[in-house]
Amino acid sequence: MNIIDRRINPKSKSLGNRQRFLRRARGHMRRVVHDAIRDGKVADVGKDGKVSIPTGGDLSEPTFQIDRETGKRFDVLPGNRHYQKGDRIRRPESGSGGRGNEGSADGDGEDPFTFLLRREEFLDLFFEDLELPNLVKKQLKKLDHKASSRAGFRSDGPPNRLNVTQTMRRSMARRIALGRPRQSTLDELVARHQQAIDDDDAKTAAQLEEEIRRLQRRQRQIPYLDDVDLRYDHFVPTPRPTTQAVMFCLMDTSASMTEDLKGLAKRFYILLHLFLQRHYRNVEIVFIRHTYTAAEVDEQTFFHGRDTGGTIVSSALDEMRKVIQRRYPVNDWNIYAAQASDGHNFHHDMPETMRRLQQEILPLCQYYAYIEVGDDLFQSDSVLWEAYQPLAAKEARFEIAKVAEASDIYSVFRSLFERNGTVSS
Amino acid sequence: MPDPLYTGPDWDFATLERIHDAIEPIAIDELGLDIYPNQIEVITSEQMLDAYTSTGMPMMYSHWSFGKNFAREEWLYRKGAQSLAYELVINSNPCVSYVMEENTTTMQALVIAHAAFGHNHFFKNNHVFQAWTHADSVLDDLSYAKRFIAAAGVRHGELAVERTLDAAHALMNYGVSKYATTRCSKRERERRLRARQEFDERNYDDLLHRTNPNTGDGSDRETKPKQPVEPLPLPEENLLEFLAEFAPRLEDWQREVLRIVARLSQYFYPQRQTKLMNEGCATFVHYHIMHRMYDRGLIDEGSMLEFLRSHTAVVAQPRFDQRNFSGINPYALGFAMMRDIQRICQRPEAEDREWFPEIAGCGDGMAVLRDAWRDYRDESFVLQFLSPRLIREMHLFAVSDNRRHPFLAVAAIHDEEGYRDIRRQLARSYDLAQREPEIEVIQADLKGNRHLVLRHRVRRGRLLTEETCNRTLRYIAKLWGYRVKLLELDAETGRELRKHEAVPEVTA
Repeated sequence: MNIIDRRINPKSKSLGNRQRFLRRARGHMRRVVHDAIRDGKVADVGKDGKVSIPTGGDLSEPTFQIDRETGKRFDVLPGNRHYQKGDRIRRPESGSGGRGNEGSADGDGEDPFTFLLRREEFLDLFFEDLELPNLVKKQLKKLDHKASSRAGFRSDGPPNRLNVTQTMRRSMARRIALGRPRQSTLDELVARHQQAIDDDDAKTAAQLEEEIRRLQRRQRQIPYLDDVDLRYDHFVPTPRPTTQAVMFCLMDTSASMTEDLKGLAKRFYILLHLFLQRHYRNVEIVFIRHTYTAAEVDEQTFFHGRDTGGTIVSSALDEMRKVIQRRYPVNDWNIYAAQASDGHNFHHDMPETMRRLQQEILPLCQYYAYIEVGDDLFQSDSVLWEAYQPLAAKEARFEIAKVAEASDIYSVFRSLFERNGTVSS
Repeated sequence: MPDPLYTGPDWDFATLERIHDAIEPIAIDELGLDIYPNQIEVITSEQMLDAYTSTGMPMMYSHWSFGKNFAREEWLYRKGAQSLAYELVINSNPCVSYVMEENTTTMQALVIAHAAFGHNHFFKNNHVFQAWTHADSVLDDLSYAKRFIAAAGVRHGELAVERTLDAAHALMNYGVSKYATTRCSKRERERRLRARQEFDERNYDDLLHRTNPNTGDGSDRETKPKQPVEPLPLPEENLLEFLAEFAPRLEDWQREVLRIVARLSQYFYPQRQTKLMNEGCATFVHYHIMHRMYDRGLIDEGSMLEFLRSHTAVVAQPRFDQRNFSGINPYALGFAMMRDIQRICQRPEAEDREWFPEIAGCGDGMAVLRDAWRDYRDESFVLQFLSPRLIREMHLFAVSDNRRHPFLAVAAIHDEEGYRDIRRQLARSYDLAQREPEIEVIQADLKGNRHLVLRHRVRRGRLLTEETCNRTLRYIAKLWGYRVKLLELDAETGRELRKHEAVPEVTA
């Protein structure tokens, strides 16, 4: 008899089969993902969750079966309590007779197949064919910026890198080893020499003078600091991958932005956040709301705070620039921005807005998306849309889109981030 | 009294060994079991889930349907709707039993007694297993299948292989030549061996083929089916083998895929015929062994209670009108019948002497059981050994369901008049021919229009489910390459009741 421990065998042997199954179920899964977004359960998106898909079509495993609705059959059952031979029993409803119902004839009525879809798998489907704009390009350019880091000491270098401690330590060791007379010893001899002169002790004075001269000579021969003592700090540049991103959520919170419109914007932000999380190890969010002034606020205030006043978009851009300057050096952070608005802005602010956007914000950003939310009350283009449109055509990292309903969000998001050239079904 | 073999739920490998060594003499000397050498493998719950969602085999080729099963079972397991099997046992030599690491010591003892001795004996001795499976080569076959499917995937594309497997799986139950006198002739085994060698050689020679354009690669060419001897051996019920042999348009690797699935089908064929007996035998064995170990002081009272609790759950038989009823529990009926046979041999009543004159009072229940385990399958076993007393105890009754009538009718109950009816009907329900539609090839035109004609022998008016039938037929058409017809003919009158047809989809 053998006992073998198989627990150490490689895990997840079933993974290959699972992937084959998911590939097979792709069509259904896409619909599930789409529904999850449309039904407004965005907050739950990205958790492990159960998924039900129909088992018909591609996912069925047909075989020849006897139709229980036909012909004549006998069943032997246990647990008779009062039936006598010849008794008649009402035919049980399909499924309650105990043996479960078999596939129904219309084909589509099969039981939905329920299973647990893992977060990773969900997100894979969710973001299938999508790509971070400019990510590839930046990576090719070695987005990694280099930082100097200490790498010990070296024997030459610019004076400002001189490492005093290290240099002095070596100097001292050398002085002790070679027996360089200390200054204090010399001072003491000089004092005793003076004393001897004062005492008219010519012999001692001569001895001391001789001694002093010898020591002074030695001091000159053995310098206090020699070139060999010098040590300089050594820095080498090490590449540090930039795997963090900050996402700026800009939103007009003036009275014309209703809760509904804010809800639309929120969904977009959540999608963007999920998306960024897949590409960066660390994603931070900054919420900037604006009316005629702008301020950085927390999430709660951002979505639910009440504000009144006019709309000056450039104030938000200015605030964003300040936050970047203060906390998010461009070398270390990938910067994404999503601006949501109903499209209003004071006309006199437009030149300023465009200037800041083009000259200050866009050069810092990896990507800047403008989402116009609204219920299409106004057929004509809004102030912002009109001004942004030519810019969007020109700037690859600047995209604009309109969203009218929650169900649009996902497709708008997809169209903004879709891989160039490959349009998925 | 000796010290118990173990205390508490935690076990280590030495404990398992002690348990096995304590069980062995009981099984061999007292019960007279004859077993393959045992190999006990400890696995995790995930590995268990994995194994039994891919047909219960320890290694299996890849296919999406196993992933589907896994996803389903995992969901049920995680939400707590269903617990995992405690063990899994492979009909191989040595006999491999998988036990889960989460099991308590008592459960491990139960599992070892049940699988490593009960099932093991049944596998080695039952004539159906003897006739249809080769315990010595099962693991080799599986590993070959896995390698072949994987290599075919690389060579011909995963999707192409998947499509062929889909079609073959649809015919999973039609890969057995039931009435062949020897299920595997010497010639056939040689052919298989050759095919395998070729496969291996091809793999080794791959480089040569790829680098030398003049060699050509014969394996990818569409090959001609074997020129059939006239007339074709019809009717043929082994659809997979027939298609592998004669389908005009398959490539060689596809034929081999069909044969692999056919062999798998053959491996499961005995299991499908002996579920009741196999489980009954194993349950009887574990029950006896655990009691004997308790009698000898090898397991303590706490462990015994734990054992009884799970044993009772295993052999529970809900009444037909209870919510959790899902047919007759093979563990329950099998165990009850084994115990009943033992009783008839040792303490027969007048009724038993009348019904079972050959064995009643013979005294050696184990000998009778061992003979039964060797010579019967579920259908014949029930027909031979179901006693009136057990029918009464289980309150069995037979219901006839004729779709023409709005009511079901009680055909027989547990009384003098009904015993034989119930026994016959129950036995019949274990007959594979009753449970699965009987489909055969009756006509194949290999020279003219190349149509293939199948027949469903319709018994008592029970037709095929239209939808699944059409889908399965489309798979057959895909393999055959030309139009396929299925006639549903009444088994007695030969009258055509229904007709289905499928043509292969045109693929670009």
